[in-house]
Amino acid sequence: MTDISSSLTTADGRPLKAALAAAQARARRKAFLLVAPLLLFVVVTFILPIGQMLQRSVYHDGFSKAAPNLSQWFSANPEGTVPDEAAYAALVADLVQMKKDKTVGEAGTRINYTLPGTRSLFTSAARKSESLQPPYKEAMIALDAEWGKAELWGAMRSSASPWTSDFYLIATDRKRDSDGSVVMVPENQRIYIWLFAKTFILSGVITFVCLLLAFPIAHLLATLPMSKSNLLMILVLLPFWTSLLVRTTSWIVLLQGQGVVNNVLVSLGLIGDDGRIAMIYNQTGTIIVMTHILLPFMVLPLYSVMRTIKPSYARAARSLGATSWTTFRRIYLPQTLPGMGAGALLVFILAVGYYITPALVGGADGQLISNLIQFHMSKSNWSLAAALSGMLLVGVLLLYWLYDRLVGIDKLKLG
Amino acid sequence: MALPVYADPLERIWYYTYHAICVAIFLFLIAPILIVIPLSFNAEPYFTFTQKMLTLDPEGYSLRWYDLLLTFGMAAPDVPRDSSWWADAWANAHWVKAAKNSVVIGFWSTIVATVLGTLAALGLARNEMPYRRVIMAVLISPMIVPIIIIATGLFFFYSNPCSVIGMECGRLTSTYTGVVLAHATLGIPFVIITVTATLIGFDQSLSRAAASLGASPQRTFFKIMLPLILPGVVSGALFAFVTSFDEVVAVLFIAGPEQQTIPRQMWNGIRESISPAILSVATILVIISILLLATVELLRRRSERIRGVTPQ
Repeated sequence: MTDISSSLTTADGRPLKAALAAAQARARRKAFLLVAPLLLFVVVTFILPIGQMLQRSVYHDGFSKAAPNLSQWFSANPEGTVPDEAAYAALVADLVQMKKDKTVGEAGTRINYTLPGTRSLFTSAARKSESLQPPYKEAMIALDAEWGKAELWGAMRSSASPWTSDFYLIATDRKRDSDGSVVMVPENQRIYIWLFAKTFILSGVITFVCLLLAFPIAHLLATLPMSKSNLLMILVLLPFWTSLLVRTTSWIVLLQGQGVVNNVLVSLGLIGDDGRIAMIYNQTGTIIVMTHILLPFMVLPLYSVMRTIKPSYARAARSLGATSWTTFRRIYLPQTLPGMGAGALLVFILAVGYYITPALVGGADGQLISNLIQFHMSKSNWSLAAALSGMLLVGVLLLYWLYDRLVGIDKLKLG
Repeated sequence: MALPVYADPLERIWYYTYHAICVAIFLFLIAPILIVIPLSFNAEPYFTFTQKMLTLDPEGYSLRWYDLLLTFGMAAPDVPRDSSWWADAWANAHWVKAAKNSVVIGFWSTIVATVLGTLAALGLARNEMPYRRVIMAVLISPMIVPIIIIATGLFFFYSNPCSVIGMECGRLTSTYTGVVLAHATLGIPFVIITVTATLIGFDQSLSRAAASLGASPQRTFFKIMLPLILPGVVSGALFAFVTSFDEVVAVLFIAGPEQQTIPRQMWNGIRESISPAILSVATILVIISILLLATVELLRRRSERIRGVTPQ
């Protein structure tokens, strides 16, 4: 076998195998060169920025840069060492320097992330740092008893290295105990895990409602003659093409207290003028508006699967004596599963990261994890925002990977 | 889906109930979009139908909110409406400025996304393309990754784009270039999806025929391939344009006051004091999206016809 193929040659005398391999490599290179510019563009404008942002979730040099002496002491003494006079001397030296460089705010903020309520400790100590006399340990503790606490020293130790896992601990409602072990924060201070759970639950509810609403109309569109279904399809595609903000505005107009829906209900006498229903600026508003916005993403994949289901199977089932319900449940429904899966996954992925709609109509209890990321960004708590983004990103990418495995991204269709 | 002759009474009832349900769902989809159109002609500053509007009294309707779109932000809105008034509106009105910004940013980001996206789709459609699945996944991901994460990343990156190569250079925040690049990235997935979908039906033997008749690769592309895939390219471009035209989160994070766009102006309007002027903007945008949808549908049909693909 090998003998035959190696003895075959092209017209100019090269072995056929080598010539073929060279031609294929050339074709591969050509194909890749066509993609290369875009790939480079996406790497620079998309992947690099996100990677850089994620670096902030594990890197914060606000304290380590401002406190070189203390950092040195921490690296010389293992965890659990009781801070001695040398440690306090290093602390005071750093505070003096911080005051000079005006970096105490940044350094205090860094400690404050790990141990809330300590920022003012640093600013006030720095103000008085120059007047402090040795022995520094007693002087500092006399300034504020907090300076003797192991918890604060633990927080300073973990902040003394710019690389830190603190922000991921905060983002999962955990903290380091004074002995360095990781524990959950008290029940009443847990916010992030709960918000992640809420985001996933709300997205699940929205996905389910979308499925419930999309199924009947996708079925109708798939069984109607092409000319009619194309017309009705416009009703699905028009929302898809309409600006998100326009759709959100319309819903505000419809659902607000003095809005169209409440007015109609009042004039029909169904509710009293004082009993107007709060349908917007709360969780209900988020669910209604997001369902409306994401519904087309569910209808389109369902429709394209339902179009391919042959009616003859259902007819065969009926002719064999199945009731219409059995026919639907045993014959039709299983065949629509690929469409349901594709639509549900896509809607869920998009819902989990939603920002605009909850921000505008979510009120206090309809906010999702994206809104919290924005909140921390606006408070310049960048590392925590990055850690939350990192966790959200991992979740979304896992779902994306699942979508690619189950559906295939090349099956994505737009209208 | 006609009712079969053998249907029993229960099935008949279900048949009509089912259609009623479908009508209700279609109403849910379309009513919120259409409701803003009559409301934008409200003569009163309310977001609901007044008594006069319901009785179709002409006094209940007015164009005052459309007028406000032109006068809001003008230097001298109350002078007689001659050419200098219009020049004032063109130069100073907030909504007009926002519209100009939106169109300029949308135009350039569409160009970037379409040119790069079409080239890449040509490569991705080839059988020899290495690592196709992974690369495709990367190129589609701007559509999947939450916009807040992209915007956050760009916010840091744009403050010093050269930090990657360890240098200092100008910033991209509050620049048109920055917004255009961000919007181009967001539009790329749509171009890739529509153009690859068109290329699936493309008969490669046509380009081989052209090559065998002596056409250069460039000539083959422009004379044979491009005319056939053009509908797909144009609808991809329209998608990219709409993506940019409707984008607000990235603009909020990376743009300055100079780059105010229509969505950002709407965002401010909704968050602060919602005025019926928002509804007149919304109406204009709905009309634009109807036109775009019609164009894309026509293109899709044309593409199916010239490629001989029948819809299934």
